[in-house]
Amino acid sequence: MGLVESGKIPKPLTWLMNYGRKYSLWMFQWGPACCAIEMAAALASPRYDMMRLGVIPFPASPRQADLIVISGTITDKMAPAVRRLWEQMPDPKYVISMGACANCGGPYWDSYSVTKGIDQVVPVDVYVPGCPPRPEALLEAVVILQDMIQNEDMAARWRGRGEPIVVS
Amino acid sequence: MSALEHLTDEGRQKLPPRPTAQEIVVTGTNWPGSEFDDDPMIINMGPQHPSTHGVLRLMCELEGETVTRVKPIIGYLHTGMEKTGEELTFVQGATNVTRMDYASCLFNEVAFCSAAEALLDIELPPRARWIRMLMMELNRISSHLLSLATGGMDIGGLSAMIFGFREREYLLRFFEKVTGLRFNHNFFRVGGSAADLPDGWQEDVDKLLTDIPKGMDDLDQLLTENPIWLERMVGVGMIDKELAVNLGASGLVLRSTGVDWDLRRDMPYLDYDQVEFDVISATNGDCYDRFRIRMAEIYESLRIVKQCLENMPDGDYRVQDRKVTPPPRARIDESMEALIHHFKLFTEGFKIPAGQVYTAVESPRGELGCMMVSDGGSKPVRMHMRTPSFYNLQSLEPMMVGGMIADAVAVISGIDPVMGDVDR
Ligand code: SF4
Repeated sequence: MGLVESGKIPKPLTWLMNYGRKYSLWMFQWGPACCAIEMAAALASPRYDMMRLGVIPFPASPRQADLIVISGTITDKMAPAVRRLWEQMPDPKYVISMGACANCGGPYWDSYSVTKGIDQVVPVDVYVPGCPPRPEALLEAVVILQDMIQNEDMAARWRGRGEPIVVS
Repeated sequence: MSALEHLTDEGRQKLPPRPTAQEIVVTGTNWPGSEFDDDPMIINMGPQHPSTHGVLRLMCELEGETVTRVKPIIGYLHTGMEKTGEELTFVQGATNVTRMDYASCLFNEVAFCSAAEALLDIELPPRARWIRMLMMELNRISSHLLSLATGGMDIGGLSAMIFGFREREYLLRFFEKVTGLRFNHNFFRVGGSAADLPDGWQEDVDKLLTDIPKGMDDLDQLLTENPIWLERMVGVGMIDKELAVNLGASGLVLRSTGVDWDLRRDMPYLDYDQVEFDVISATNGDCYDRFRIRMAEIYESLRIVKQCLENMPDGDYRVQDRKVTPPPRARIDESMEALIHHFKLFTEGFKIPAGQVYTAVESPRGELGCMMVSDGGSKPVRMHMRTPSFYNLQSLEPMMVGGMIADAVAVISGIDPVMGDVDR
């Protein structure tokens, strides 16, 4: 068992490690539908510019990513691929579910082919409601996630996951 | 002598003599002499790939780096919207269709509403028609800017992405002021629009008319003459005229091959016969032509927006037929009849005479049509959208075969499919 999992790291060192992790999130963007455009606006447009929060987009592969943002409709055909990419990410990994579709099926609640909520497939840390959520909402979600990482007990994370957060 | 002996042989542990430079043959597939030498390589691109504009999956067969066969696999975003549309009344329908082609939402709404209006046989008041034209042309600009921005990113020009999104923000701010949402507006309803243009819209549009050309100059300087950009685009993804017509391509893909076809001019809807604009077409049918048409169409759309600004008529923004459009909010407090109309409209909707109709508009991607069948009820029996991305995607194979695998992203961003539009 490693030092981190055992929970034997002194407090100041944990703080420092969490501080480092929180400002160097490599974000893997998964944008299947409309919300992806708002996510791209949050990443790339000069008005929002997500990189100033210490989130680095466009890693070459999920194996280099700490954070995945699932923004858009996930259909039943797509869900296994989401699970597979999530499994390839190294721990500790975080998931933001963006938009009503990824949260619960959203406007396609009646549809025969849409997965009603991505949390059936992967565990979600932060939910961003809206159809589409504004880019500011995604920025808020990242800030909340960073707060969560700052206060995180890494040993506890190894044992089990906490409650998810909803941006309001 | 066993098959493994050469691995254990003492002499083999020394490096074999090095071939001279002339003897090295790099084929790009396998090492010369290997048993897989002639096998093609199958590579899967997507469904998760930032350059496939969503969830397109391509199965490519490669010979070296040359693409020999390609097969698009779609359906990863099939949300069953056409089926859902059969369960929604005509009042609710626009909410559903606007999410199909999410880069140009207003066109979907107009296609849906004009089909319902054709079945109802109502004539829109002039202001409603001009509001539609104004908003649609602004949406065309924002859609083309998005496509230029993401197209630039696909090919490696991240600055193009920043410029494209900067200008697009101006437009989205205006859309938000008018419709309440940045996209997926649900602004156009059967019989007109949900609201009038807000006060002071003239100044906003005026500002857009000066801001966007400024930003376009930046994009123009950055891309049009850029040698790397030319290298990646010129002569890539060629398709000829006949094939494009036979495959049912429309919009930019068709116009880049030299077919001068634009529904706005050739089958005018709304009041497009009263505005002046040019249809841009090119003759080479490659990615660079599509890029240049896209740039030029933004200026043409700005021309139409300018004419809409000058000629916007006064009057109603929706038909004053209480069976189709809701009464003004103030009337509901005063009149019992208005209250009943409002209640009926939003609970069971209005009934549309039985019949079948097809209407089409020219969306930024091509011909966007809506076929609607009604049996006299308040919901369509069948609603089918003829979405341009789906048909344009068929021309992907002839464009990619024979080219390099690295050109795939350029070809895809040239066609600019929106997967929500393909899969519905
Ligand atoms: S939540 Fe709304 S905007 Fe987001 S993907 Fe779903 S339908 Fe599109």
